[in-house]
Amino acid sequence: MAASRRDSKGRPVVAVTGMGIVTPLGTGKVDNWKKLTAGESGIRTITRFPTDGLRTTIAGAVDHVFEQGMHSAALSEKLARLAGTEAIAESGIGSKGNFPGPFFLAFPPIEIEWPQRFALANASGANDKIEYGDLVRAATKSEFRSFYEESKYGVVPDNLAEHFGTQGSPISLTTACASGATAIQLGLEAIQRGECDAALAIGADGSITAESVVRFSLLSALSTNNTSPQGASRPFSKNRDGFVLAEGAAALVLENYDHAVARGAKILAIVEGVGEKADNFHRTRSSPDGKPVISCMRNALADAGVTPADVDYINAHGTSTPENDKMEYLGVSTVFGDHLKNIPISSNKSMVGHTLTAAGAIEAVVSALTIINQRIPPTINYAVPDPAIPLDVVPNVARDAKVRRVISNSFGFGGQNTCLVLTGDLA
Amino acid sequence: MSARREVWITGVGLVSAVGEGLDQHWDKLMAGGAPSYDDKTFAPYITFPAVPLNLDTQIPKKGDQRQMEAWQRIGVYAAGVALADAGIAKNAEILDKADMIVAAGGGERDVAVDAAILTDVRKSNKREAFVNERLMSDLRPTLFLAQLPNLLAGNISLVHGVVGSSRTFMGEEASGVDALRVAHARIAAGQSELTLVGGAYNGTRWDLVLLFRLGTPLLEGQFKPVWDRGPEGALTLAAMGAFLVMESREHAEKRGAKPLARLASVQSSRNLRKAGESEKTLREEFDAIASSVKKDSAVIISGASGAEPATSEEKKVLAETGLPVRATATHIGNGMEAQFLANIALGCQAVRKGTLFPPSGSGDTGSAPAQGISQALVTSVGHWRGEGLALIERVD
Repeated sequence: MAASRRDSKGRPVVAVTGMGIVTPLGTGKVDNWKKLTAGESGIRTITRFPTDGLRTTIAGAVDHVFEQGMHSAALSEKLARLAGTEAIAESGIGSKGNFPGPFFLAFPPIEIEWPQRFALANASGANDKIEYGDLVRAATKSEFRSFYEESKYGVVPDNLAEHFGTQGSPISLTTACASGATAIQLGLEAIQRGECDAALAIGADGSITAESVVRFSLLSALSTNNTSPQGASRPFSKNRDGFVLAEGAAALVLENYDHAVARGAKILAIVEGVGEKADNFHRTRSSPDGKPVISCMRNALADAGVTPADVDYINAHGTSTPENDKMEYLGVSTVFGDHLKNIPISSNKSMVGHTLTAAGAIEAVVSALTIINQRIPPTINYAVPDPAIPLDVVPNVARDAKVRRVISNSFGFGGQNTCLVLTGDLA
Repeated sequence: MSARREVWITGVGLVSAVGEGLDQHWDKLMAGGAPSYDDKTFAPYITFPAVPLNLDTQIPKKGDQRQMEAWQRIGVYAAGVALADAGIAKNAEILDKADMIVAAGGGERDVAVDAAILTDVRKSNKREAFVNERLMSDLRPTLFLAQLPNLLAGNISLVHGVVGSSRTFMGEEASGVDALRVAHARIAAGQSELTLVGGAYNGTRWDLVLLFRLGTPLLEGQFKPVWDRGPEGALTLAAMGAFLVMESREHAEKRGAKPLARLASVQSSRNLRKAGESEKTLREEFDAIASSVKKDSAVIISGASGAEPATSEEKKVLAETGLPVRATATHIGNGMEAQFLANIALGCQAVRKGTLFPPSGSGDTGSAPAQGISQALVTSVGHWRGEGLALIERVD
């Protein structure tokens, strides 16, 4: 047997042997890569529900996956199944319905939604003022039992664990907009500890509802460029005015390198390192000195055992909010210094929108595809550069480039930051 | 990875209906008496509200308190107590590197806004548009931040300065078990030196009474211990916060910290809860650590939820072990994500004190061994999923 491969820290090397992706642009790697490198936008006017009275009426909804009447939990689960199925099929690991490792799922918090509240209110028989006590009385009717299953956090991860046949208790997690990257990190660490040879990491988010739009609107986080949906997400542009809510999912089969090689699996990428750093400045804003974000990227590079000069491309968090993009520039310019002028940095969110819980996983898959194809997807809608953030954002048009190593940034509400370092197969 | 290292629990913060802090919990539990439940607020259902807290001691800024809902305030408070108990509160050097894993549920809704919308929407002929407009005008902008599960961890970073890393697990009881398991595994393997792990839950609110009543019986009428709630079983939703500071023995010794207990092992499992499956899973978990259990000085702190048939299945397996058993949910209610971590905290106290509180109900058996308690086995058999077993040991 060949000598086991270890990384610069003496840990098992962790490979990616399967990937799946769903975004507003389409389902699957082939379709998504084609559209991402063509600079297409998946942002549209919302048609899923009436938008009267909303400040923002555009989103990157996965209308090609949504089925009438689907609750956020059901749509998110469907997205996770699509991405997971593609990833597991590509890796060829295990057998149908039997994935030989643990499961880490980045998933949006779900809850009872308005159509269900309406149904309970109707069934309560209350005809004057409606109180929660009236809904609770109606809740004892067995016809509403499904509401419970649709609104409890543990249910979707359990359904997916059963579907894919993963091992042990599935872990569902949220670190806001860094969640997808955290799912990958948990899988990576489990393999590094030697607990398992493979892990399934999925980030999925299908939670666009009127109320979710309202919530982000009230925090003034969303673009209101409703008249030009496809041009609304403008990371790093001077006229950026907020992010665009979106849905999607991505899945990665993570595998001990030796295990993958031994079974003849194709190595798609290596997850070389991961960094974390929490921010204690503000609930929704990043520390203005950029320190947490800087530490996060540095931690990731150190974990990978590489220097800033070893990085060829940055897959940006790049949300298109005035604040994030400015802060991300401060972060990358501090970490990469003079070398930054040689590093292209682009934001997939310019095309896909911000898929929240799924974003870190989606962008990890796109980062791997960038390495595999030696081609960098652009930042679209880059018409008015922001002079305060001079970056090579790969404006508007994809570019062929030698990309050996990528750092993918994810920075979340609540101060949770995670950065991943990916490379191609070991030389 | 490096060889497995010893994991110590060096700080605990615990808030429940019984009290706050380990000593107060133990004193009250040892004294016996009726559990402190509330059968009025959510009548006919029985709940366990948390004791009132002097929040200013752990969350000094009123602005911070206002930006949180009760579940977050309980959690941030308990986290602060745990950090202080471990002697690392405000220690920027340690907190800068401290990892954090939080088990969290969803935040509370503005039930007054919901109720008003449901009342008024009947006069509207454009239902969805009406809801949109009312939500835009009636919701507090910052309420969202009190609803996001990861904002409990976010608030702990903000208020207490824990910033090494921050991860939030979701999914009722199972998330608490997995939070502890992952934290333990990371420290044992050298991936972390010190981790704050915990959970908080506020079940004393209408939107959660609604959610659970949709699918699970809630206890009503006369109060009964978890073991004896009839063939359908029943839960008692609770407010609860439990945080633990866990660290490698090396890290603790280097800074001169004393252990409350050693966390020797944590298992989590999954089954589909078909008849007999909880029994089988629990038996497998016990078998896996059987060779480590000191039969003459171990006790069981049971996480039985009161849901059936899981609780009866657990009772059967625990009786077979012959060890003394105490179920805590009879006294502290069901705190979901926080439940297992609260029971770990109480398990620490059992090995420290060498005592067990009086039994309550048919599954509580035996008494504290005369020679003291060297080990506490803490079970989780969640109300729907969430199988787990941890082994806590006294450090002599």
